Amino acid sequence: MIHWIGQKLNDIFGPLWAPYVGYILVGLVIITLVVVMAVISIYLERKIAAFMQMRLGPMRVGKWGTLQAFADVFKLMLKESLTPAQADKQLFHIAPYLVLTVSFLAFAPIAFSPTLQLWDMNIGVLYITSISSVGVIGILMAGWSSNNKYSLLGAMRSGAQIVSYELSAGIAILTIVMMSGSLSVSGIIQSQADGWWIFKGHIPAIIAFVIFAIASTAELNRAPFDLAEAEQELTAGFHTEYSGMQFAMFFLAEYTNMFIVSMLGTTLFLGGWMPLHIANWETFNHLMDKIPPFLWFFGKVFISLFMIIWFRWTFPRLRIDQLLKLEWKYLLPIGMVNLVIGAIVTWLGWIF
Amino acid sequence: MNAAKRYFTSIFKAIVALLKGMKLTGSYLVRPSKILTQQYPENRDTLYIPQRFKGRVVMPHDENNEHNCTACTLCQLACPNGSIQIISKNIDMPDGTKKKVLDRWVYNLGSCTLCQLCIDACPSDAIVMDNGFEFSVYDKSKLIYELNRPGSRLKEKKTEKQA
Amino acid sequence: MEQHIESHIIQSSDDEFIINVGPQHPSTHGVLHLQLKLDGEKIVDLRPFLGYIHRGIEKMSESLTYKQFIYLTSRMDYLSAHINNQACCLVIEKGLQTEVPERAKVIRTLMAELTRLASHQLWWGSTGLDMGAVSPFFYAFREREMILEIFEETCGSRLTMNYCVPGGVMNDIHPDFVRKVKQLIKQFRENIHEYDELLTGNPIFQSRTQGIGYLSKEDAIALSCSGPVARASGISCDVRKKNPYDAYDRVSFDEIIATEGDCFARYRVRLEEMKQSMNIIEQLIDNIPTGEYRTKIKGIIKLPVGEYYQRVETARGELGVYLVSDGSNKPYRIKFRTPNFSNLGALKPMSLGGKIGDLVAIMASLDLIIPDIDR
Repeated sequence: MIHWIGQKLNDIFGPLWAPYVGYILVGLVIITLVVVMAVISIYLERKIAAFMQMRLGPMRVGKWGTLQAFADVFKLMLKESLTPAQADKQLFHIAPYLVLTVSFLAFAPIAFSPTLQLWDMNIGVLYITSISSVGVIGILMAGWSSNNKYSLLGAMRSGAQIVSYELSAGIAILTIVMMSGSLSVSGIIQSQADGWWIFKGHIPAIIAFVIFAIASTAELNRAPFDLAEAEQELTAGFHTEYSGMQFAMFFLAEYTNMFIVSMLGTTLFLGGWMPLHIANWETFNHLMDKIPPFLWFFGKVFISLFMIIWFRWTFPRLRIDQLLKLEWKYLLPIGMVNLVIGAIVTWLGWIF
Repeated sequence: MNAAKRYFTSIFKAIVALLKGMKLTGSYLVRPSKILTQQYPENRDTLYIPQRFKGRVVMPHDENNEHNCTACTLCQLACPNGSIQIISKNIDMPDGTKKKVLDRWVYNLGSCTLCQLCIDACPSDAIVMDNGFEFSVYDKSKLIYELNRPGSRLKEKKTEKQA
Repeated sequence: MEQHIESHIIQSSDDEFIINVGPQHPSTHGVLHLQLKLDGEKIVDLRPFLGYIHRGIEKMSESLTYKQFIYLTSRMDYLSAHINNQACCLVIEKGLQTEVPERAKVIRTLMAELTRLASHQLWWGSTGLDMGAVSPFFYAFREREMILEIFEETCGSRLTMNYCVPGGVMNDIHPDFVRKVKQLIKQFRENIHEYDELLTGNPIFQSRTQGIGYLSKEDAIALSCSGPVARASGISCDVRKKNPYDAYDRVSFDEIIATEGDCFARYRVRLEEMKQSMNIIEQLIDNIPTGEYRTKIKGIIKLPVGEYYQRVETARGELGVYLVSDGSNKPYRIKFRTPNFSNLGALKPMSLGGKIGDLVAIMASLDLIIPDIDR
């Protein structure tokens, strides 16, 4: 099929331009896929939150409100994007695109299945961590250019938060990189063919997973770490002044970032697209192999997404100094000790 | 050592307490029977409105198009908002005397606070509270009702009894 | 004149900046306007501005008759609407020197405690909401909805029900009232552990409230705080105990007092008060005396010339009604000493030096109702 499309493109555009058209097509497919998934996860979040709160959630648009999130996106597309009179216009308009672009870029090295991977670069994990930290610039730009004190406070909080929590997330990722001995996404997944790292790596991997879960929730600016847009304190934080499609971009970026973090967590700790195998259960393992890797991957991703959603609808928000205390006094020291433990474990070969 | 112990027990306790909260919200997620939401316009038929619910003031009329209002204006005096205006007229009685009867009972739902003081003040139970609640209109002048029906008159039986 | 206005506006230096919280802000629960001087996230100065929802209830009352002005007080502290009405009825009855039937007294007390329960439940939910936890809001509304349904069935309205009238109550209780209240108490006792699991025991919530917004006993007295705010600072000030009205003299309950004076103490005091309210309701619900629910009072009430004062304990503190009568059918002057107005005074000493997040926690712990401040 892919071969056939390539042939057709060659026929139409000629061998010089065909690859570029192909790249654009693949990009568009991925962006569409991501946007649709983000919209689906908005719906899921609303439903899960509603059920946790003894509500029904969206029920009107489509059967069980399934089209509600699409209708919201459509409405936001039609709305006017207002710009404050005193805003720094250029930065104000660039910021949402930057945030969204960054979150799309981070999809490049993700392996959805053994064959479906855009770019298997040998530093895939490093690429994701570095690209996703560019997003904070977009948030700072949005906060600064809005010329609103609430926005600025939100952006400053977000900056402090993301910069600190990247350390912990990085250290948690390093633990797995060390164990698998590879920085490439496919390499890490291949190293989990005989068992996921969260099982194989036992104590250091589990601790790293918990740290990664907390730190990545914080990097996402989601509750209980949603200080950047703390509604009760800063009305909407850095995107107070945004409306219409520009607001929708921040919103979409938040959900695509959720996907990236879940996918990264799945890749690192939960075996990527690898099926669940239990030693000596031959029939069970055989049955698990029948499920396509694509489904395995997205099943795990949605479980991680569900955890993030669950956190959000249960916990109160931290205060900015407590947030930093949690990072510097708890997560980072524990993560560093864990890294040393992981190194020892790997060195002694205590990996099952 | 003591400090280290405190450090780790505080982490452990925090995690346990956080898990408790997650267990609670998670338990409601898997129990859809606990959902309380009512789907309002669809459940109109099964909606339970208590009999005493104060929707608006109405004037009951019997099958002969007769009401109990003697136009005594006590309700008008009792109303703290001036939502009630009673317009009475004098009619000629068969025996030649003139009698004051109700012409129009004008009620402004827009300024009514549903405090029930008019019903409390009415000596002849001419007005009661209705259970309706869907009164939205696009023009506030439509919120001014005339409670007595056209051509209605005072219930004779009751006045005879009183006399 | 210009200078006078100038002095009310905070001046900022280069390092600090001024931010206006409200009058439209999610955490002010209404139209309170706070001007904050911030040094980064730290609050250096704070000034509340009032008057955005001033409706002149006290002045309006002067042009209404004694029966008519009562309904206006429901609109002050709308979450304690019944208790406000009760205070006005009590002051009028004091002037008329009428004795209210026993049944009416018990019904009023029951309704007042149900109101307090509903108010505290809403406060609990919105405290969670202010801290960023959305789910508590809905858990709190589940039981609150039951209370409102009881109100709806007996009084005809859910919030501003105007159920108290001079001389008793408007209607007799609904036949289902006792059964439904018992069901409510049973369900609430079963569910109150969820309140602890979601917020009280949560380490994030504890760290957000413990040691935050400290109000010393001396300050609380000096600022004439009342209600749970003062009781959390160690002052015994429950009017239901000190100056029992209606049926409070025949029930036994504890006055909850904490000494920490921080947000968490105020939180705990209110949570315990809910349990005490349930105790009071349980003591009264089985012994509602039979008899009249209302003594007949003539259509036009005229209070003898004089001054009358009555204080009651609303969900937020002490509400005092001061009424001057000139012998006509309308009050000559009426003044409400509302709890929120005095409690708001404690906001500045509590929040100076704190962060913006603390301010939100402190406002949640004060349980401010803005129409009660402005009247």
